[in-house]
Amino acid sequence: MSLIDTLARLEAARDGRARPLATVRHRHVSDRPLVFVPLTTAGEAGAPLGALVGTERDAPRLLVVAQPRDRDLRSAFLAELADAMLPRIEECADAVEREERKETDPTTGKKVPVEVELCADAPQVVVPSAAGVEYVRLLGRSMRFRRTAEQDPDAPHPAPPRVPLLGRWLTHFGERSRVPGSSLLLAMTQVLGRHWATGQSVLEDQHLGALLAWIDPPEGTSGAAAALRAELARDAEGLPAHPPAGPATDPVFDNKRLAPAIARYDRARADVLQASPHRFAAAHRALADAEREIRDLLEGQLRPTWDAVWQGIDLLRALPEGARVGERWKRDRWSYTAHRDRVRAGEPPQPRRDDAVTAARKLAARETAQAQLDAQEALDDPLVMAGRRLAGEAFAGPVAEVVMEYSEAKIPRPRPLVTLRTQDAPHVADGVKLHRALPDGRSQPAEFVSHGPDGTLTVRLTGGMGRGKTPEAGSVPEPGDQVCWTLFEHAPRGGPELPEPEQTPWTHGGPPAAAAEAPDPVTAEDHL
Amino acid sequence: MRGHAFEARAKDDGGTELIRLLCERLGDGSPPPPGPGGVDTPDLAASGPEGRTARTALALREATAAGRWALLDHPMLALSVAGTPAYLEPDAVVVHPDGGWTVVEIKSFAMVDGAADAAKVGAAARQAAVYALALEPVAERIGDGASVRHSALLVCPKNFSNLPDAALVDLRKQVATTRRQLDRLTGVADIADGLPHGTTFDLCLADDGRTPTRPADELAAAVDAVGAAYAPECLAACELAFHCRARSRAADAVQTLGRALRAELGGLSTIEAVLAAAAGEAGDPGDPAVAALRRAARLRAESLETAGAASCP
Ligand code: SF4
Repeated sequence: MSLIDTLARLEAARDGRARPLATVRHRHVSDRPLVFVPLTTAGEAGAPLGALVGTERDAPRLLVVAQPRDRDLRSAFLAELADAMLPRIEECADAVEREERKETDPTTGKKVPVEVELCADAPQVVVPSAAGVEYVRLLGRSMRFRRTAEQDPDAPHPAPPRVPLLGRWLTHFGERSRVPGSSLLLAMTQVLGRHWATGQSVLEDQHLGALLAWIDPPEGTSGAAAALRAELARDAEGLPAHPPAGPATDPVFDNKRLAPAIARYDRARADVLQASPHRFAAAHRALADAEREIRDLLEGQLRPTWDAVWQGIDLLRALPEGARVGERWKRDRWSYTAHRDRVRAGEPPQPRRDDAVTAARKLAARETAQAQLDAQEALDDPLVMAGRRLAGEAFAGPVAEVVMEYSEAKIPRPRPLVTLRTQDAPHVADGVKLHRALPDGRSQPAEFVSHGPDGTLTVRLTGGMGRGKTPEAGSVPEPGDQVCWTLFEHAPRGGPELPEPEQTPWTHGGPPAAAAEAPDPVTAEDHL
Repeated sequence: MRGHAFEARAKDDGGTELIRLLCERLGDGSPPPPGPGGVDTPDLAASGPEGRTARTALALREATAAGRWALLDHPMLALSVAGTPAYLEPDAVVVHPDGGWTVVEIKSFAMVDGAADAAKVGAAARQAAVYALALEPVAERIGDGASVRHSALLVCPKNFSNLPDAALVDLRKQVATTRRQLDRLTGVADIADGLPHGTTFDLCLADDGRTPTRPADELAAAVDAVGAAYAPECLAACELAFHCRARSRAADAVQTLGRALRAELGGLSTIEAVLAAAAGEAGDPGDPAVAALRRAARLRAESLETAGAASCP
């Protein structure tokens, strides 16, 4: 945490109210986010218990597993989840834009431009917290290897065809969320925590209710007091006034409410099986009642979190979007389009473990994405740039003087010297490369020249002024202009290229096996 | 619930499966995994923690001397913490035919495709390291080839099933850290000396052995008499965390917001002091921590202003 962010936290603690960590929104927020609030059973780690899912804040779809130990009920839940999520995920697949991209021609080895499709929009999934992202990954892992009756008539417990498909998509969303700055799958606590500092620790910020209370407390209360209530308040029976954001349920709720309701459901189900014909209708009604009771209970736990996620979406939408957020979202759209193509081409599901080249590629891509994100956030947001200035990685101030000079080439080029007044103390030495964002978004190169006697810094512009002897209008700052130079590149690129997976050297395990992987063996005690 | 069921299941064949997993993970040509009945499972029953600790030590000696595979199910170990013995009960300890001992930790979180949640694995490793430390003096006393192995066997449910999967977890770092922490601990006697006379945490249980009769505020006062160094990490680890957090907040301690803050802010330990120093109302401008704070505060105010001006033209 930079000292600037620390100060924001301390101010928030003093004021009892969150303080901004950003002045613009650094993540894309979809017009129609697909919100997913899952719940799991406390006992069986990962066994689904219920979920609210949908794109309309007033009309979430409630999915429930009345008896989490029952494999058929769990399968039905996953099938329903696929019905609820896939339409939104797939609806972006067909509206495309044409983009030109350079690709290596396999016969000539030359880079040639090709026209490719890019989906005009991509679906965005929003979950309450980082634990929700983990659960999306887990669901994806469990669902994508299921075999359908069509694929394998002998498969025990075949899945409806849409289940493995959703598994592949959830896996893709989960993988993408590891790329810094991506927005296909967002955890609300993390996005809010990027934009606001609360008066509590980062660990406590994982509680969505408490985090929101700091940022947007109810009328007439301080954020601190509201957060404490969201975190700790319990009724006379010990049930939390604000249910946890999941996926794990509250243990008191489990013991006092859920377990008895599930026991009643089990009894009602046993009764249906044994009921004599004249009691049949009554037994069925009792089973329906028992199921409805569980649905009501779970909705009561899920709904506050559902509303909280939408409250978070409102707060984020109220922030102006950073200028380079669209550029990052475009990369998310590329990623969505590429996965669409893999699914359409009938490729097998993502492997259980990445081969060496794919793993190295992903790691390199994430490092590049992190560097790009750091640069872009700073350029989009003076508050983030302030952190880089404090760290000596950038400096800003008004221009004091501009002296025109020219290079000594045959055709002299403008190489103006710009002197600016600043209190910043950048870590610069002679000739260090500098970068400045021009009004049109391009980056202009420069190099550091000298420290002046009165705390001024002099910089020489080395490009971005057009082809002629006179610089293009607006490409050289004028005295009085506010300018900001960074020591970091604005569009950092990745490291050396990696071989294709088919060319993995034997030292790294050799080329990956081509065959699709076998499904998980089915055991009697599976819980997901 | 699930934890117990899984642990019982992982051990229910007398340890054959656990030791097969151990051999497979070691993959170092240790003697082949034993068949059914090839694992000794000594009886460790005894009365009281001291009795059970002595019984465990004896069983370890015999099993090591026997040169066969043995599984000690819930042995009892003693570790001296600040001069007072603490009794520990690992899930299991395996004795190898060569006299090596492996701590076995059985956890209920899933290992999906051979990998589990890093935070949970870390916590399990720290726990296993404490057991390994407690085993070391026993191995030294026995001599005769007895030694505690560097790695613990972590056993978890495989993927989404209840079948056991296992991984070896290197404990060397955790053992060294824990050893250092234990060495640094103030003796309990020294802490007690510093407390007001008569301080007690006795709950004064009623005759049913469950209902505390001690007034809550009396108990709170006793707890307050002992110094505490609350940090947010306590929330996941200690049942007193909410109490300590309230105290830490009341004291305006910067550490309430994160352990790292303390170091970052030099000698300033209250939120008020930091903010006053940042605002230029207090503190020595020659102190590098204060100077950095002022620069940070100035930059923060300046950029919030720029942004504010930009968004409302
Ligand atoms: S919460 Fe527990 S560990 Fe933390 S300071 Fe208080 S007593 Fe110590």
